[in-house]
Amino acid sequence: MLKHDTIEKNLGLMVILVIIVISGGGLAEIVPLFFQKQTTVPVEGLKPLTALQLEGRDIYIREGCHVCHTQQIRPFRAETERYGHYSVAGEFVYDHPFLWGSKRTGPDLARVGGRYSDDWHRAHLYNPRDVVPESIMPSYPWLFSDKVDGETTPKKMRALRSVGVPFTDEAIASSAADVDGKPEIQALIAYLQQLGTVLSNRR
Amino acid sequence: MTDFWSIWISVITIAVMVGCFLLVTHTRKSEIHKETTTEVLAHSFDGVEELDNPLPRWWFNMFMITIVFGIVYLFLYPGLGNYKGYLNWTSHNQWEEEMAHAEKHYQPVFSRFAQLSVEQISNDQKALQIGQRMFANNCALCHGQGGVGAFGFPNLSDNDWLYGGDGATIETTITNGRNGAMPPWGAVLGEEGIRNVTSYVLSLSGQEANAKLVAQGKITFQSTCVACHGADAKGIAALGAPNLTDNVWLYGGSFEKVSHTIRQGRAGVMPAHKNLLNQDKIHLIAGYVYGLSR
Repeated sequence: MLKHDTIEKNLGLMVILVIIVISGGGLAEIVPLFFQKQTTVPVEGLKPLTALQLEGRDIYIREGCHVCHTQQIRPFRAETERYGHYSVAGEFVYDHPFLWGSKRTGPDLARVGGRYSDDWHRAHLYNPRDVVPESIMPSYPWLFSDKVDGETTPKKMRALRSVGVPFTDEAIASSAADVDGKPEIQALIAYLQQLGTVLSNRR
Repeated sequence: MTDFWSIWISVITIAVMVGCFLLVTHTRKSEIHKETTTEVLAHSFDGVEELDNPLPRWWFNMFMITIVFGIVYLFLYPGLGNYKGYLNWTSHNQWEEEMAHAEKHYQPVFSRFAQLSVEQISNDQKALQIGQRMFANNCALCHGQGGVGAFGFPNLSDNDWLYGGDGATIETTITNGRNGAMPPWGAVLGEEGIRNVTSYVLSLSGQEANAKLVAQGKITFQSTCVACHGADAKGIAALGAPNLTDNVWLYGGSFEKVSHTIRQGRAGVMPAHKNLLNQDKIHLIAGYVYGLSR
């Protein structure tokens, strides 16, 4: 039978055995999720991002917002009282990539949409200390002077459509004109203000 | 979950556990020495040799304990496909229990305060404590700790109100939100007009201004600004138009800031909270806010 000795001295055999051992967890825990209704069917009312929101999302990624902010409310009262309804898989069907994050240096943003005025977001992103004196969040003043370049927007939307985000032809056609030359802050706030607004936030 | 995936998960999970068990027991059976030995295995790497010792017993036992733990866990909790587990546990149920527990303990408190008026709440120490916590969590990001406000975000502790400061109005403001609407006058008035009106507005609150510009600004003010700010410039609460005579400024009271406000307009937004907080909580927060300026 298989002896330690035999496995150690046959690299091919060891590779195969290692693959078998480490694939068990993934096959049982990850693969079935690709085929579950809860994870593949969007929740009612979920819409793909507009072109401007999509550019805002890319700024969110570029600035690394997801490094300090999560977008996943766990089903604990302590979280739902503070942030609103816990996150469900169907809300993220159009997210490529997911921006769930893994560490909360700042608060969760899964349902930040509509909680603050656009003016607040502008003041806060320009210099967080202006509105929250104890904040340790960095300032992002360049978002106010840098402009969105719409040249790649239709390409991004087509790429996302190829993995299942239902952008319409009209949305893609007008996307470059919709975003081009707008200040980045406007795009980012447009993205933030729609976050988590599909499910009721009342608590 | 369909039966296929249920079986898929169950089979793989059990196969992995059985596999682990067989691997551990099988390698143990192949051990030549049952006790500690000084005999070395036939390989040597850079002079480092391996003793032919068996797997330590505590180590072997730990593998077994993990497997037993896994079996007990999969019996009690949902892990094998559609099997719900002996305890019938789900994260949603656990959350509902937490919520029911909170409802039972805290709802009577909220209900008691719901009977009181906003004004009465502002005199109730316990209600204020709760209100303060909820204010810190929901309102302080814009209005500041203690409601002192910030540039563009009203100070709630100075008893100067845009939309009115009685209890019912505060509660309405929190519930439905407010949309400030100062239109931009730059194109209509021109730079000269803006300078004149700014001078007049500053003079209203007793600040120094060029008398000639003030006189001209007054004429423009009375044809343009009185619709919202009133003939006496004391504001109209129903419109949220501020009193311009009290030297309290939301967007700054310097010549530069006031002229900027007139030129570009302002549109401060208080978000509606009816979809964020239930009415009992809004009621308590309203009481806390009412109490801030008293």
